[in-house]
Amino acid sequence: MSITAFIIISLIKSVAVVFVLLTAVAYSVWLERKVSAHIQNRWGPTRVGPFGLLQPLADGVKFIFKEDLTQPYVYKPLYIAAPIIAVVFAISSIAVIPFGTWVTVGPWGTTFMQITDLNIGLLVVLGITSMGVYGVALAGWASNSKYSLLGGLRASAQMISYEVSLGLSLVGVLIMSGSLSLREIVDAQGGRFWGFIPRWNIFHGQTIAFFIYLISAYAETNRTPFDLPEAESELVAGYHTEYSAMKFAMFFMAEYANMVTVACLATLLFLGGWHGPIFGPPILQALMPVFWFCLKVFFFMFLYVWVRWTLPRFRYDQLMAFGWKVLLPLAVANIVVTALIVALRAQYPGFLSFL
Amino acid sequence: MLHLILFLFFGAVCVAGAVNLLVQSHPINSALSLIAVMAALAGEYLLLGAEFVAAVQVIVYAGAIMVLFVITIMLLNAGKEERTKGSRVAILLGVPGLLIGAVLVAWTLLFRSNTTMVAIGAEPGSPKAIARLLFHDFLLPFEVTSVLILIAIMGAVVLASRPEAVAKTAGERSETTPELVGAGRNRG
Repeated sequence: MSITAFIIISLIKSVAVVFVLLTAVAYSVWLERKVSAHIQNRWGPTRVGPFGLLQPLADGVKFIFKEDLTQPYVYKPLYIAAPIIAVVFAISSIAVIPFGTWVTVGPWGTTFMQITDLNIGLLVVLGITSMGVYGVALAGWASNSKYSLLGGLRASAQMISYEVSLGLSLVGVLIMSGSLSLREIVDAQGGRFWGFIPRWNIFHGQTIAFFIYLISAYAETNRTPFDLPEAESELVAGYHTEYSAMKFAMFFMAEYANMVTVACLATLLFLGGWHGPIFGPPILQALMPVFWFCLKVFFFMFLYVWVRWTLPRFRYDQLMAFGWKVLLPLAVANIVVTALIVALRAQYPGFLSFL
Repeated sequence: MLHLILFLFFGAVCVAGAVNLLVQSHPINSALSLIAVMAALAGEYLLLGAEFVAAVQVIVYAGAIMVLFVITIMLLNAGKEERTKGSRVAILLGVPGLLIGAVLVAWTLLFRSNTTMVAIGAEPGSPKAIARLLFHDFLLPFEVTSVLILIAIMGAVVLASRPEAVAKTAGERSETTPELVGAGRNRG
Protein backbone atom coordinates (compact mmCIF):
# COMPACT_ATOMS: atom_id res chain seq x y z
CA MET A 1 0.00 0.00 0.00
CA SER A 2 1.46 3.36 -0.97
CA ILE A 3 1.80 6.15 1.57
CA THR A 4 -0.91 8.29 -0.10
CA ALA A 5 -3.41 5.43 -0.10
CA PHE A 6 -2.50 4.71 3.54
CA ILE A 7 -3.12 8.32 4.58
CA ILE A 8 -6.42 8.53 2.67
CA ILE A 9 -7.68 5.21 4.07
CA SER A 10 -6.65 6.17 7.62
CA LEU A 11 -8.42 9.49 7.27
CA ILE A 12 -11.62 7.84 6.02
CA LYS A 13 -11.47 5.28 8.80
CA SER A 14 -10.93 7.94 11.48
CA VAL A 15 -13.84 10.08 10.27
CA ALA A 16 -16.15 7.07 9.99
CA VAL A 17 -15.26 5.72 13.43
CA VAL A 18 -15.64 9.07 15.17
CA PHE A 19 -18.97 9.65 13.39
CA VAL A 20 -20.25 6.22 14.45
CA LEU A 21 -19.01 6.74 18.01
CA LEU A 22 -20.70 10.14 18.39
CA THR A 23 -23.95 8.77 16.93
CA ALA A 24 -23.73 5.83 19.32
CA VAL A 25 -23.19 8.29 22.18
CA ALA A 26 -26.26 10.32 21.17
CA TYR A 27 -28.44 7.23 20.87
CA SER A 28 -27.15 5.81 24.18
CA VAL A 29 -28.76 8.84 25.80
CA TRP A 30 -31.99 8.03 23.93
CA LEU A 31 -31.70 4.37 25.03
CA GLU A 32 -31.15 5.45 28.62
CA ARG A 33 -34.24 7.67 28.62
CA LYS A 34 -36.40 5.09 26.85
CA VAL A 35 -35.38 2.10 29.00
CA SER A 36 -35.59 4.05 32.24
CA ALA A 37 -39.06 5.21 31.25
CA HIS A 38 -40.26 1.68 30.55
CA ILE A 39 -38.72 0.44 33.82
CA GLN A 40 -40.75 3.13 35.61
CA ASN A 41 -43.90 2.37 33.58
CA ARG A 42 -43.72 5.59 31.50
CA TRP A 43 -43.32 6.21 27.76
CA GLY A 44 -40.14 8.28 27.62
CA PRO A 45 -39.47 10.52 24.60
CA THR A 46 -42.24 10.05 22.00
CA ARG A 47 -42.85 13.47 20.41
CA VAL A 48 -39.83 14.05 18.12
CA GLY A 49 -39.88 11.52 15.31
CA PRO A 50 -41.15 7.92 15.50
CA PHE A 51 -40.51 6.45 19.00
CA GLY A 52 -38.77 9.74 19.83
CA LEU A 53 -35.86 8.70 17.61
CA LEU A 54 -35.00 12.28 16.64
CA GLN A 55 -34.80 13.35 20.29
CA PRO A 56 -30.93 13.32 20.35
CA LEU A 57 -30.93 15.81 17.43
CA ALA A 58 -33.37 18.08 19.27
CA ASP A 59 -31.23 17.82 22.41
CA GLY A 60 -28.13 18.74 20.41
CA VAL A 61 -29.79 21.82 18.93
CA LYS A 62 -30.96 22.83 22.40
CA PHE A 63 -27.45 22.51 23.85
CA ILE A 64 -25.97 24.64 21.07
CA PHE A 65 -28.48 27.47 21.40
CA LYS A 66 -28.61 27.60 25.20
CA GLU A 67 -26.92 30.51 26.95
CA ASP A 68 -23.36 29.59 27.90
CA LEU A 69 -22.92 30.94 31.43
CA THR A 70 -19.44 31.48 32.86
CA GLN A 71 -19.72 32.46 36.48
CA PRO A 72 -17.49 35.35 37.62
CA TYR A 73 -15.98 33.33 40.48
CA VAL A 74 -14.54 30.44 38.41
CA TYR A 75 -10.86 30.00 37.52
CA LYS A 76 -11.40 30.65 33.85
CA PRO A 77 -8.53 28.89 31.97
CA LEU A 78 -9.12 25.54 33.67
CA TYR A 79 -12.90 25.98 33.74
CA ILE A 80 -12.84 26.10 29.94
CA ALA A 81 -10.12 23.46 29.52
CA ALA A 82 -11.75 20.83 31.76
CA PRO A 83 -14.65 19.76 29.50
CA ILE A 84 -12.30 19.74 26.49
CA ILE A 85 -9.84 17.47 28.33
CA ALA A 86 -12.68 15.15 29.36
CA VAL A 87 -14.17 14.79 25.88
CA VAL A 88 -10.83 14.53 24.01
CA PHE A 89 -9.53 11.67 26.15
CA ALA A 90 -12.92 9.95 26.11
CA ILE A 91 -13.13 9.93 22.32
CA SER A 92 -9.47 9.29 21.41
CA SER A 93 -9.24 5.84 23.01
CA ILE A 94 -11.53 4.48 20.27
CA ALA A 95 -8.51 4.71 17.90
CA VAL A 96 -7.08 1.32 18.89
CA ILE A 97 -10.36 -0.62 19.24
CA PRO A 98 -10.78 -3.25 16.48
CA PHE A 99 -14.36 -3.73 15.23
CA GLY A 100 -14.00 -6.65 12.87
CA THR A 101 -11.62 -8.68 10.75
CA TRP A 102 -10.42 -6.87 7.63
CA VAL A 103 -11.82 -5.45 4.41
CA THR A 104 -10.45 -5.28 0.86
CA VAL A 105 -10.26 -1.71 -0.39
CA GLY A 106 -10.29 -1.92 -4.19
CA PRO A 107 -6.80 -2.10 -5.72
CA TRP A 108 -4.94 -0.89 -2.62
CA GLY A 109 -5.01 -4.19 -0.75
CA THR A 110 -6.63 -4.95 2.58
CA THR A 111 -7.03 -2.91 5.72
CA PHE A 112 -8.04 -3.81 9.27
CA MET A 113 -11.43 -2.65 10.58
CA GLN A 114 -9.69 -0.50 13.15
CA ILE A 115 -8.01 2.90 12.95
CA THR A 116 -4.64 1.53 14.01
CA ASP A 117 -3.34 -1.76 15.40
CA LEU A 118 -0.71 -1.20 18.10
CA ASN A 119 1.17 -3.99 19.82
CA ILE A 120 0.52 -2.21 23.15
CA GLY A 121 -3.12 -1.42 22.27
CA LEU A 122 -4.57 -2.32 25.65
CA LEU A 123 -2.01 -0.21 27.51
CA VAL A 124 -2.84 2.75 25.27
CA VAL A 125 -6.53 2.48 26.18
CA LEU A 126 -5.67 2.25 29.89
CA GLY A 127 -3.29 5.22 29.61
CA ILE A 128 -5.83 7.41 27.84
CA THR A 129 -8.64 6.56 30.29
CA SER A 130 -6.33 7.23 33.23
CA MET A 131 -5.67 10.73 31.82
CA GLY A 132 -9.43 11.34 31.56
CA VAL A 133 -9.59 11.77 35.34
CA TYR A 134 -8.12 15.25 34.97
CA GLY A 135 -11.18 16.57 33.14
CA VAL A 136 -13.40 15.71 36.09
CA ALA A 137 -10.92 16.71 38.81
CA LEU A 138 -10.10 20.08 37.23
CA ALA A 139 -13.77 20.83 36.54
CA GLY A 140 -14.49 20.32 40.22
CA TRP A 141 -11.64 22.52 41.32
CA ALA A 142 -11.93 25.30 38.73
CA SER A 143 -15.69 25.80 39.33
CA ASN A 144 -14.86 27.24 42.77
CA SER A 145 -18.01 25.82 44.32
CA LYS A 146 -18.22 23.38 47.20
CA TYR A 147 -20.52 20.93 45.44
CA SER A 148 -18.24 20.81 42.40
CA LEU A 149 -15.13 20.42 44.52
CA LEU A 150 -16.62 17.55 46.53
CA GLY A 151 -17.84 15.89 43.32
CA GLY A 152 -14.42 16.26 41.67
CA LEU A 153 -12.61 14.88 44.72
CA ARG A 154 -14.97 11.92 44.98
CA ALA A 155 -14.67 11.21 41.26
CA SER A 156 -10.88 11.26 41.18
CA ALA A 157 -10.51 9.20 44.38
CA GLN A 158 -13.02 6.65 43.10
CA MET A 159 -11.51 6.46 39.63
CA ILE A 160 -7.93 5.86 40.78
CA SER A 161 -9.11 3.30 43.37
CA TYR A 162 -11.08 1.21 40.89
CA GLU A 163 -8.52 1.61 38.12
CA VAL A 164 -6.26 -0.72 40.12
CA SER A 165 -8.72 -3.62 40.23
CA LEU A 166 -9.79 -2.89 36.65
CA GLY A 167 -6.19 -3.16 35.43
CA LEU A 168 -5.49 -6.27 37.50
CA SER A 169 -8.64 -8.03 36.27
CA LEU A 170 -7.25 -7.79 32.72
CA VAL A 171 -3.93 -9.45 33.60
CA GLY A 172 -5.49 -12.93 33.60
CA VAL A 173 -6.65 -12.40 30.02
CA LEU A 174 -3.19 -11.13 29.06
CA ILE A 175 -1.50 -14.20 30.57
CA MET A 176 -3.81 -16.48 28.56
CA SER A 177 -3.40 -14.70 25.23
CA GLY A 178 0.25 -13.69 25.67
CA SER A 179 -0.17 -10.36 23.89
CA LEU A 180 -1.17 -6.74 24.52
CA SER A 181 -2.52 -6.22 21.02
CA LEU A 182 -6.33 -6.21 21.12
CA ARG A 183 -6.48 -7.92 17.73
CA GLU A 184 -4.30 -10.83 18.90
CA ILE A 185 -6.32 -11.13 22.12
CA VAL A 186 -9.50 -11.56 20.07
CA ASP A 187 -7.83 -13.98 17.66
CA ALA A 188 -6.80 -16.13 20.62
CA GLN A 189 -10.49 -16.59 21.51
CA GLY A 190 -11.54 -18.34 18.28
CA GLY A 191 -12.91 -21.91 18.25
CA ARG A 192 -15.29 -23.84 20.51
CA PHE A 193 -15.44 -26.29 23.40
CA TRP A 194 -17.25 -29.56 22.56
CA GLY A 195 -18.45 -27.96 19.35
CA PHE A 196 -20.97 -25.51 20.79
CA ILE A 197 -19.60 -23.40 23.69
CA PRO A 198 -17.49 -20.57 22.21
CA ARG A 199 -13.90 -20.32 23.48
CA TRP A 200 -14.39 -16.81 24.82
CA ASN A 201 -12.38 -15.82 27.85
CA ILE A 202 -15.49 -15.53 30.00
CA PHE A 203 -16.08 -19.30 29.54
CA HIS A 204 -12.36 -19.98 29.58
CA GLY A 205 -11.36 -19.57 33.22
CA GLN A 206 -11.77 -15.78 33.37
CA THR A 207 -15.35 -15.66 34.69
CA ILE A 208 -14.37 -14.03 37.99
CA ALA A 209 -12.12 -11.56 36.16
CA PHE A 210 -15.07 -10.64 33.94
CA PHE A 211 -17.27 -9.72 36.88
CA ILE A 212 -14.44 -7.80 38.58
CA TYR A 213 -13.96 -5.90 35.32
CA LEU A 214 -17.68 -5.20 34.97
CA ILE A 215 -18.02 -3.81 38.52
CA SER A 216 -14.84 -1.73 38.25
CA ALA A 217 -15.99 -0.41 34.88
CA TYR A 218 -19.23 0.87 36.43
CA ALA A 219 -17.16 2.68 39.04
CA GLU A 220 -14.70 4.01 36.43
CA THR A 221 -17.49 5.59 34.39
CA ASN A 222 -19.22 7.00 37.50
CA ARG A 223 -22.43 5.08 36.87
CA THR A 224 -24.95 3.88 39.44
CA PRO A 225 -24.46 2.16 41.88
CA PHE A 226 -21.16 4.10 42.04
CA ASP A 227 -22.40 7.54 40.95
CA LEU A 228 -21.27 9.27 44.14
CA PRO A 229 -19.46 12.05 42.19
CA GLU A 230 -22.77 13.38 40.87
CA ALA A 231 -25.11 12.19 43.63
CA GLU A 232 -28.06 14.54 43.03
CA SER A 233 -29.45 14.30 46.56
CA GLU A 234 -26.16 15.39 48.12
CA LEU A 235 -24.15 17.40 45.57
CA VAL A 236 -26.73 18.98 43.19
CA ALA A 237 -24.87 17.61 40.13
CA GLY A 238 -21.33 17.08 41.40
CA TYR A 239 -18.40 18.24 39.32
CA HIS A 240 -20.52 19.75 36.50
CA THR A 241 -22.84 21.80 38.73
CA GLU A 242 -21.53 25.12 37.37
CA TYR A 243 -21.52 24.11 33.70
CA SER A 244 -24.23 24.87 31.17
CA ALA A 245 -24.97 24.56 27.45
CA MET A 246 -22.26 22.99 25.26
CA LYS A 247 -19.71 22.72 28.08
CA PHE A 248 -22.15 20.57 30.04
CA ALA A 249 -22.91 18.59 26.88
CA MET A 250 -19.17 17.84 26.56
CA PHE A 251 -19.13 16.18 29.99
CA PHE A 252 -22.26 14.29 29.02
CA MET A 253 -20.64 13.12 25.78
CA ALA A 254 -17.45 12.15 27.62
CA GLU A 255 -19.40 10.02 30.08
CA TYR A 256 -21.27 8.12 27.39
CA ALA A 257 -18.18 7.80 25.16
CA ASN A 258 -16.35 6.28 28.14
CA MET A 259 -19.22 3.83 28.54
CA VAL A 260 -18.91 2.81 24.89
CA THR A 261 -15.13 2.34 25.22
CA VAL A 262 -15.51 0.24 28.35
CA ALA A 263 -18.21 -1.87 26.67
CA CYS A 264 -15.94 -2.35 23.61
CA LEU A 265 -13.07 -3.48 25.85
CA ALA A 266 -15.32 -5.94 27.72
CA THR A 267 -16.47 -7.35 24.38
CA LEU A 268 -12.93 -7.70 23.04
CA LEU A 269 -11.34 -9.14 26.15
CA PHE A 270 -14.03 -11.41 27.56
CA LEU A 271 -16.75 -12.01 24.96
CA GLY A 272 -14.60 -12.92 21.98
CA GLY A 273 -14.88 -9.64 20.08
CA TRP A 274 -16.29 -10.20 16.61
CA HIS A 275 -16.41 -14.03 16.85
CA GLY A 276 -19.84 -15.51 16.22
CA PRO A 277 -21.69 -17.78 13.81
CA ILE A 278 -21.06 -16.66 10.20
CA PHE A 279 -23.24 -17.80 7.29
CA GLY A 280 -25.01 -16.56 4.15
CA PRO A 281 -23.76 -14.91 0.94
CA PRO A 282 -20.23 -13.36 0.78
CA ILE A 283 -21.38 -9.78 1.41
CA LEU A 284 -23.21 -10.91 4.55
CA GLN A 285 -20.20 -12.96 5.64
CA ALA A 286 -18.02 -9.86 5.44
CA LEU A 287 -20.43 -7.85 7.58
CA MET A 288 -21.34 -10.50 10.17
CA PRO A 289 -18.25 -9.97 12.42
CA VAL A 290 -19.04 -6.27 12.76
CA PHE A 291 -22.66 -7.15 13.51
CA TRP A 292 -21.67 -9.55 16.32
CA PHE A 293 -19.30 -6.98 17.77
CA CYS A 294 -21.99 -4.27 17.77
CA LEU A 295 -24.55 -6.67 19.25
CA LYS A 296 -22.25 -7.48 22.18
CA VAL A 297 -21.46 -3.80 22.77
CA PHE A 298 -25.20 -3.04 22.68
CA PHE A 299 -25.76 -5.78 25.28
CA PHE A 300 -23.31 -4.04 27.61
CA MET A 301 -24.88 -0.61 27.03
CA PHE A 302 -28.31 -2.07 27.83
CA LEU A 303 -26.88 -3.70 30.97
CA TYR A 304 -25.49 -0.33 32.04
CA VAL A 305 -28.91 1.30 31.79
CA TRP A 306 -30.67 -1.66 33.37
CA VAL A 307 -28.32 -1.62 36.38
CA ARG A 308 -28.62 2.14 36.76
CA TRP A 309 -32.40 2.04 37.12
CA THR A 310 -32.42 -1.06 39.32
CA LEU A 311 -29.81 -0.59 42.04
CA PRO A 312 -29.61 2.13 44.70
CA ARG A 313 -26.43 4.11 45.36
CA PHE A 314 -23.62 2.91 47.64
CA ARG A 315 -22.44 4.89 50.66
CA TYR A 316 -18.95 6.36 50.14
CA ASP A 317 -17.19 4.22 52.79
CA GLN A 318 -18.89 1.10 51.39
CA LEU A 319 -17.60 2.02 47.93
CA MET A 320 -13.98 2.38 49.10
CA ALA A 321 -14.11 -0.72 51.34
CA PHE A 322 -15.58 -2.81 48.51
CA GLY A 323 -12.95 -1.65 46.02
CA TRP A 324 -9.90 -2.16 48.20
CA LYS A 325 -10.93 -5.05 50.45
CA VAL A 326 -13.00 -7.23 48.11
CA LEU A 327 -12.27 -6.51 44.44
CA LEU A 328 -8.50 -6.00 44.74
CA PRO A 329 -7.72 -9.27 46.63
CA LEU A 330 -10.06 -11.18 44.30
CA ALA A 331 -8.28 -9.77 41.23
CA VAL A 332 -4.85 -10.66 42.65
CA ALA A 333 -6.03 -14.20 43.52
CA ASN A 334 -7.34 -14.57 39.95
CA ILE A 335 -3.92 -13.59 38.56
CA VAL A 336 -2.10 -16.09 40.79
CA VAL A 337 -4.42 -18.99 39.92
CA THR A 338 -4.36 -18.21 36.18
CA ALA A 339 -0.57 -17.90 36.13
CA LEU A 340 -0.18 -21.18 38.03
CA ILE A 341 -2.45 -23.09 35.66
CA VAL A 342 -0.80 -21.64 32.55
CA ALA A 343 2.69 -22.42 33.92
CA LEU A 344 1.71 -25.98 34.89
CA ARG A 345 0.17 -26.52 31.48
CA ALA A 346 3.40 -25.38 29.82
CA GLN A 347 5.23 -28.00 31.94
CA TYR A 348 2.69 -30.85 31.68
CA PRO A 349 0.70 -30.44 28.43
CA GLY A 350 -2.33 -32.48 29.60
CA PHE A 351 -2.88 -30.56 32.87
CA LEU A 352 -6.59 -29.63 33.31
CA SER A 353 -7.01 -29.85 29.56
CA PHE A 354 -10.80 -29.44 29.76
CA LEU A 355 -10.42 -25.80 30.89
CA MET B 1 13.65 12.75 9.39
CA LEU B 2 10.14 12.72 10.80
CA HIS B 3 11.58 10.90 13.80
CA LEU B 4 14.08 13.69 14.44
CA ILE B 5 11.44 16.42 14.07
CA LEU B 6 9.12 14.65 16.51
CA PHE B 7 11.98 14.00 18.93
CA LEU B 8 12.96 17.68 18.93
CA PHE B 9 9.31 18.71 19.28
CA PHE B 10 8.73 16.52 22.34
CA GLY B 11 12.05 17.70 23.78
CA ALA B 12 10.98 21.32 23.34
CA VAL B 13 7.63 20.58 25.02
CA CYS B 14 9.50 18.95 27.90
CA VAL B 15 11.78 21.93 28.46
CA ALA B 16 8.95 24.45 28.03
CA GLY B 17 6.82 22.54 30.55
CA ALA B 18 9.68 22.39 33.04
CA VAL B 19 10.33 26.14 32.73
CA ASN B 20 6.60 26.85 33.06
CA LEU B 21 6.52 24.68 36.18
CA LEU B 22 9.01 27.04 37.85
CA VAL B 23 7.55 30.28 36.52
CA GLN B 24 3.87 29.71 37.40
CA SER B 25 2.81 31.11 40.74
CA HIS B 26 -0.26 28.91 41.18
CA PRO B 27 0.42 25.34 42.42
CA ILE B 28 -2.21 23.75 40.18
CA ASN B 29 -0.68 25.30 37.05
CA SER B 30 2.71 23.96 38.11
CA ALA B 31 1.23 20.50 38.62
CA LEU B 32 -0.37 20.63 35.16
CA SER B 33 2.96 21.64 33.57
CA LEU B 34 4.55 18.64 35.27
CA ILE B 35 1.90 16.44 33.65
CA ALA B 36 2.78 17.95 30.27
CA VAL B 37 6.47 17.19 30.91
CA MET B 38 5.66 13.57 31.74
CA ALA B 39 3.42 13.12 28.71
CA ALA B 40 6.15 14.57 26.45
CA LEU B 41 8.70 12.22 28.05
CA ALA B 42 6.41 9.32 27.19
CA GLY B 43 6.49 10.53 23.57
CA GLU B 44 10.32 10.52 23.69
CA TYR B 45 10.36 6.95 25.03
CA LEU B 46 7.99 5.89 22.28
CA LEU B 47 10.28 7.41 19.64
CA LEU B 48 13.23 5.53 21.14
CA GLY B 49 11.39 2.23 20.70
CA ALA B 50 10.58 1.75 24.39
CA GLU B 51 6.83 1.43 23.95
CA PHE B 52 6.18 -0.37 27.24
CA VAL B 53 8.06 2.24 29.26
CA ALA B 54 6.13 4.96 27.43
CA ALA B 55 2.77 3.40 28.31
CA VAL B 56 3.78 2.86 31.94
CA GLN B 57 5.05 6.44 32.12
CA VAL B 58 1.60 7.72 31.13
CA ILE B 59 -0.41 5.25 33.24
CA VAL B 60 1.66 5.46 36.43
CA TYR B 61 3.19 8.94 36.47
CA ALA B 62 0.78 11.11 34.48
CA GLY B 63 -2.35 9.11 35.29
CA ALA B 64 -1.92 8.06 38.92
CA ILE B 65 0.83 9.88 40.80
CA MET B 66 0.03 13.31 39.36
CA VAL B 67 -3.68 12.77 40.12
CA LEU B 68 -2.67 12.41 43.77
CA PHE B 69 -0.68 15.66 43.50
CA VAL B 70 -3.68 17.46 42.01
CA ILE B 71 -6.02 16.02 44.68
CA THR B 72 -3.65 17.19 47.40
CA ILE B 73 -3.54 20.69 45.97
CA MET B 74 -7.35 20.70 45.69
CA LEU B 75 -7.81 19.41 49.24
CA LEU B 76 -5.37 21.87 50.81
CA ASN B 77 -6.97 24.61 48.72
CA ALA B 78 -3.49 26.01 48.07
CA GLY B 79 -3.72 29.56 46.75
CA LYS B 80 -1.42 31.73 44.68
CA GLU B 81 2.16 31.87 45.91
CA GLU B 82 3.73 35.24 46.53
CA ARG B 83 6.47 36.17 44.10
CA THR B 84 9.77 36.91 45.81
CA LYS B 85 12.68 38.75 44.25
CA GLY B 86 14.95 35.75 44.62
CA SER B 87 18.41 35.81 46.10
CA ARG B 88 21.24 37.57 44.30
CA VAL B 89 23.63 34.68 44.98
CA ALA B 90 21.38 32.32 43.06
CA ILE B 91 21.53 34.53 39.97
CA LEU B 92 25.24 35.34 40.27
CA LEU B 93 26.37 31.75 40.79
CA GLY B 94 23.44 29.77 39.37
CA VAL B 95 23.24 31.11 35.82
CA PRO B 96 26.98 30.72 34.99
CA GLY B 97 26.98 27.36 36.81
CA LEU B 98 24.05 26.14 34.71
CA LEU B 99 25.73 27.28 31.49
CA ILE B 100 29.05 25.64 32.36
CA GLY B 101 27.25 22.42 33.35
CA ALA B 102 25.28 22.33 30.09
CA VAL B 103 28.41 22.91 28.01
CA LEU B 104 30.32 20.23 29.93
CA VAL B 105 27.57 17.64 29.50
CA ALA B 106 27.19 18.41 25.79
CA TRP B 107 30.95 18.30 25.21
CA THR B 108 31.33 14.99 27.07
CA LEU B 109 28.47 13.41 25.18
CA LEU B 110 29.66 14.64 21.81
CA PHE B 111 33.41 14.09 21.98
CA ARG B 112 34.45 12.19 25.09
CA SER B 113 32.08 9.25 25.30
CA ASN B 114 32.86 5.97 23.59
CA THR B 115 29.22 4.96 23.17
CA THR B 116 28.06 3.73 19.80
CA MET B 117 24.81 4.54 18.05
CA VAL B 118 22.23 1.73 17.94
CA ALA B 119 19.21 1.43 15.69
CA ILE B 120 15.76 2.03 17.13
CA GLY B 121 14.33 -1.24 18.39
CA ALA B 122 17.76 -2.87 18.81
CA GLU B 123 17.52 -2.60 22.59
CA PRO B 124 14.74 -4.47 24.44
CA GLY B 125 11.65 -2.25 24.49
CA SER B 126 8.68 -4.50 23.85
CA PRO B 127 6.64 -5.86 26.79
CA LYS B 128 7.92 -9.38 26.09
CA ALA B 129 11.59 -8.37 26.16
CA ILE B 130 11.13 -6.38 29.38
CA ALA B 131 9.19 -9.23 31.01
CA ARG B 132 12.03 -11.63 30.15
CA LEU B 133 14.58 -9.27 31.70
CA LEU B 134 12.50 -8.68 34.85
CA PHE B 135 11.21 -12.18 35.56
CA HIS B 136 14.04 -14.28 34.16
CA ASP B 137 17.42 -12.59 33.97
CA PHE B 138 17.05 -10.26 36.94
CA LEU B 139 14.42 -12.10 38.99
CA LEU B 140 16.14 -11.84 42.38
CA PRO B 141 16.87 -8.06 42.27
CA PHE B 142 13.30 -7.51 41.07
CA GLU B 143 11.75 -9.50 43.92
CA VAL B 144 14.04 -7.88 46.50
CA THR B 145 13.00 -4.43 45.22
CA SER B 146 9.32 -5.32 45.57
CA VAL B 147 9.87 -6.44 49.17
CA LEU B 148 11.61 -3.12 49.78
CA ILE B 149 8.61 -1.22 48.41
CA LEU B 150 6.28 -3.36 50.55
CA ILE B 151 8.25 -2.35 53.63
CA ALA B 152 7.97 1.30 52.62
CA ILE B 153 4.19 0.96 52.22
CA MET B 154 3.87 -0.67 55.64
CA GLY B 155 5.97 2.11 57.15
CA ALA B 156 3.69 4.71 55.58
CA VAL B 157 0.59 2.92 56.93
CA VAL B 158 2.05 2.80 60.46
CA LEU B 159 3.06 6.48 60.34
CA ALA B 160 -0.31 7.59 58.99
CA SER B 161 -2.51 5.52 61.30
CA ARG B 162 -4.10 7.16 64.31
CA PRO B 163 -2.44 6.66 67.75
CA GLU B 164 -5.30 4.54 69.15
CA ALA B 165 -5.09 2.20 66.18
CA VAL B 166 -1.36 1.71 66.82
CA ALA B 167 -2.04 1.10 70.50
CA LYS B 168 -4.61 -1.50 69.58
CA THR B 169 -2.23 -3.40 67.35
CA ALA B 170 0.42 -3.30 70.07
CA GLY B 171 -1.94 -5.16 72.39
CA GLU B 172 -2.69 -2.25 74.75
CA ARG B 173 -6.42 -2.63 74.42
CA SER B 174 -7.03 -1.44 77.97
CA GLU B 175 -6.01 2.13 77.08
CA THR B 176 -8.64 2.60 74.39
CA THR B 177 -12.11 3.10 75.76
CA PRO B 178 -14.87 0.74 74.56
CA GLU B 179 -16.75 3.68 72.97
CA LEU B 180 -13.81 4.52 70.74
CA VAL B 181 -13.36 0.95 69.59
CA GLY B 182 -17.08 0.69 68.87
CA ALA B 183 -17.07 3.93 66.90
CA GLY B 184 -14.11 2.75 64.86
CA ARG B 185 -15.88 -0.47 64.01
CA ASN B 186 -19.02 1.35 62.91
CA ARG B 187 -17.04 3.58 60.62
CA GLY B 188 -15.19 0.54 59.22
